[in-house]
Amino acid sequence: MNEFQDPRTIQEIVLSARTVAIVGLSASELRASNFVAYYLQRHGYGVRPVNPNEERVLGEHVYPSLREVPERIDVVDVFRDPSAVPEIARQAVEIGAGALWLQFGVINLEGARIAKDGGLAVVMDRCLKVEHARLLGRMHWMGFDTGVIAGTRR
Amino acid sequence: MDEAAREFGFNTRAVHAGQRPDPYTGASATPIYQTAGFVFEDTESASAYFNLQEYGNIYSRIMNPTVAAFEEKLANLEGGVGGVAFASGLAAQAALFFALLEPGDRIAVAKALYGGSTAQLNHLARKLQITVDWVDMDDPDGWRSAVTAETKILFAETIANPGGNVLDIALAAAVAHEVGAPLVVDNTFATPYLCRPLEWGADLIVHSATKFIAGNGTTIAGAVVDSGTFDWSNGRFPSISEPSSAYHGLRFHETFGVYGLLMKLRAETLRDLGAALAPFNAFLLLLGLETLAVRMDRHVANALALAEWLLGQPGVGAVRHPALADSPYRPLVDRYLPAGAGSVFSFDLESGREGGRRFIEALSLCSHLANVGDTKSLVIHPASTTHRQLSDEELVASGVAPGTVRLSVGLEDVDDLVWDLERGLQAARASAVAA
Repeated sequence: MNEFQDPRTIQEIVLSARTVAIVGLSASELRASNFVAYYLQRHGYGVRPVNPNEERVLGEHVYPSLREVPERIDVVDVFRDPSAVPEIARQAVEIGAGALWLQFGVINLEGARIAKDGGLAVVMDRCLKVEHARLLGRMHWMGFDTGVIAGTRR
Repeated sequence: MDEAAREFGFNTRAVHAGQRPDPYTGASATPIYQTAGFVFEDTESASAYFNLQEYGNIYSRIMNPTVAAFEEKLANLEGGVGGVAFASGLAAQAALFFALLEPGDRIAVAKALYGGSTAQLNHLARKLQITVDWVDMDDPDGWRSAVTAETKILFAETIANPGGNVLDIALAAAVAHEVGAPLVVDNTFATPYLCRPLEWGADLIVHSATKFIAGNGTTIAGAVVDSGTFDWSNGRFPSISEPSSAYHGLRFHETFGVYGLLMKLRAETLRDLGAALAPFNAFLLLLGLETLAVRMDRHVANALALAEWLLGQPGVGAVRHPALADSPYRPLVDRYLPAGAGSVFSFDLESGREGGRRFIEALSLCSHLANVGDTKSLVIHPASTTHRQLSDEELVASGVAPGTVRLSVGLEDVDDLVWDLERGLQAARASAVAA
């Protein structure tokens, strides 16, 4: 599993990504996917919702599948049942996405392998919002361990 | 920033984790953010903070940047994903139990326990309708025979106060996980320098940071640290995995993953119980943690030297220091506490209750004081003070006899401590002769 939780890979994705397709984005403000998408929007990422059951979420047009998103996607961020991951990974490879990011609990080694073999960076069982807040944000205001050790000014 | 360029050692992390020079002023020491509230940037940000969609400072009852630096430093040293600080160790424990337990639940607790914790659990049991199953932690089958399908928490101290019993952490963790319950360990007496229970399978740590972490006896404080590895969605903890009525239907585990319990503990439990740590106290704890390792080495050396000296003294019965060669806990010390078994231990005066009183009255260097883990050596007679609330039965279960004296060995020159204890022992022996 650590193969898909590499700190340098996580850092590179968080720092370089601009567009994030959120697969399984819910319109409900109480769902984790909505939390993450709202947070990413606030921090300047282009959020592209993917969900066949929604039309508009957080002010963005919702695409029925990854194949329909008309622009380059840096990160495919997945909030679906783990069994859905292999097919999403195949589509992510097909559209030439930069990375496949599987959120907390979205664990599917077959899907992770498909994306990796297809040339994507892969992160599994980690939260994109948490990693952004840990590296660039304000997670240290909540008493969480950021792992940052330094004696220099930010 | 270069992630994972190096795995830093304990001392480096003790000095640097959780704190950075202040980005605005360059101040090297963490500023004391002595403020009740924080001004919002705009209305959108304010609602994002309250909804927990964005990490932001709201009010110092819930979070404060100085307190957060302490929480992160302690969590880093324990090997956890994060921590929540409280106004005292007992407040930290009460908050954790409050967050995890529902009426009708059972909790399995080591009988050898700090008297204040025993009293708290008996009180909580009455008020919250939970059942406490008391466990003989020295019995290899103790935990297994105490847990039931209703057990929601297993709780014990790494080194028990004042008996010095050492917990078989891996054994207790295995039993806990068989029934889908977390093992909660009070690591106050060991500190993360001497033992990191999360590395042995424990799920949560509670601390009285008042003790070795503060180090100088200046501050009342406590904390909870979470390993982030317990599965709160196993069906036994609906208050964490299901929509929370106390936070407008939020699912803490789904939304925050490994941080779910800590977010609940902060945004709900700390918010509602209100036992927040003061920023100035957090600053003192940050200073304490920076020097934890060097202090603990000296505490450990002084305590072991005194325990070995006491063994040969007339009028002294049992000496309960778990690192002594003939201690029944020696194998557990070798496994879990290779750098030392702390600096708090107890011994029995053969002259009993009166001898204990005379002993304490004759000391001039050690302070008669109800605390432990100070730079200054402290002494107390549990039967008449810390354990006074307990029944005789509970007293014996806690490892306390009428003549038991508890020492918290400080950082003084050990020869001076021997000189002081020698005078105490003479007085205790004289009382026995007079009787």
